[in-house]
Amino acid sequence: MATNAQPLGGPIPGVGSVVAHPYAPRPFVVREKIQETPDTYTLRLAPRIPGDRIQFQGGQFNMVYVFGVGESAISISGDSTRPEELVHTVRAVGKITNALAALKPGATVGIRGPYGRGWPLDSARGRDIVIVAGGLGLPPLRPTVYEIFRRRAEFGRVEIIYGARTPKDLVFAEEVRDWLPRREMRIQVTVDAAGRDWYGDVGVVTTRLPDARFDAARTTAFVCGPEIMMRLTAQALAQRGVPPEAIWLSMERNMKCALGFCGHCQYGPSFVCRDGPVLPYKTLAPLLAVKEV
Amino acid sequence: MTETASEAIAERVLQHPFFVGLDPTLVHAMVSKAEERSYGAGEMLVREGRPAEEFFLVLDGKIALEIGSAEHQGITVETIGRGEILGWSWLVHPYRWRFDARATKPTQVVAINAAAARYALAAHPAFAYQFLLKFLPVIAERLENTRVQLLDTYGH
Repeated sequence: MATNAQPLGGPIPGVGSVVAHPYAPRPFVVREKIQETPDTYTLRLAPRIPGDRIQFQGGQFNMVYVFGVGESAISISGDSTRPEELVHTVRAVGKITNALAALKPGATVGIRGPYGRGWPLDSARGRDIVIVAGGLGLPPLRPTVYEIFRRRAEFGRVEIIYGARTPKDLVFAEEVRDWLPRREMRIQVTVDAAGRDWYGDVGVVTTRLPDARFDAARTTAFVCGPEIMMRLTAQALAQRGVPPEAIWLSMERNMKCALGFCGHCQYGPSFVCRDGPVLPYKTLAPLLAVKEV
Repeated sequence: MTETASEAIAERVLQHPFFVGLDPTLVHAMVSKAEERSYGAGEMLVREGRPAEEFFLVLDGKIALEIGSAEHQGITVETIGRGEILGWSWLVHPYRWRFDARATKPTQVVAINAAAARYALAAHPAFAYQFLLKFLPVIAERLENTRVQLLDTYGH
């Protein structure tokens, strides 16, 4: 599995020998805000310090600081080949994410990161890939989808299943529509409920797995979404024959330091910020069945 | 329907994943009055409250299960497609549909007469048991899926 060194301080790009404190945020400016759904926004950020870049791997996250409000762990949803632009997709559900959603172009936020271990795409070379995203689980997977497009020849069949509450809750809806006719991968989109103007599937994401074409024994699966959805999807994949060690889930916990020190995100023997957020189902399976871990 | 047409449908039904492994002779009896049908996009297969006089094996296409009300034209709560089975209201008294079903794209089905099916099941308890062993997982899976939908996990 690919690992990433934790940014425990080092020179700030473009600022000579000035060393960043691990808790010091780097200033980024909101260049554009896109409303994805009634309560979800994508922020496109540019570094305030010329030349500053965030090199990241799909599945990693940043600590995004709204000055005067607080800091929140947000996964990176942009293209890893464009480190000069940072993209975060946030759902306005709490104090910090509401403040993020209220930002206007030109506002400055603080960024620490990237943190954690992302999707181990290299482990899927020569294998089929199944991506299952539920709700806001698609943004952390989008950088990896981009990477699969770029490295398509390295993998076997690629299946994407994307589920949301209703059609209006689908994030990146237009972009996903553009992915549909591409031959490089099969995409199934399903929602939990819809009106008559929806011609796609209706049902939980696991109902789409029987239609997905992959060789279970040589498949790597990346799953991201609400924990219950991930648990049921991982069970369904394992039941079909995908090895538990080849099923990867992205866990979400309350992260504070993001450096593996404070313990807020402890999940069993792991710190999600340091050892995750992407972890193998083989490790997670016993914990997923335990309530209030 | 001619006997040859009936036989052809029975053979088709026997190849459907749902019927694989069941006694072919009794499946033939069960589907003696079955017929193949096509529905265009938007056409209704089933209306809530009407007698459930048949059930359907989906050969191709997509069907939306809808719940309607005075306020809503129809909310789709599930879609089913090729290889799946539509309806169990025909098996449970008072044999009336509990939802609407509408084709969302051109759809081919085998419609199986409910009275003939119930007769075959009542006359052959061992066959009925095997049939229910096939049917219960379908019901259980849909119940589990409905529970997950009710949790509204994406909404939290």
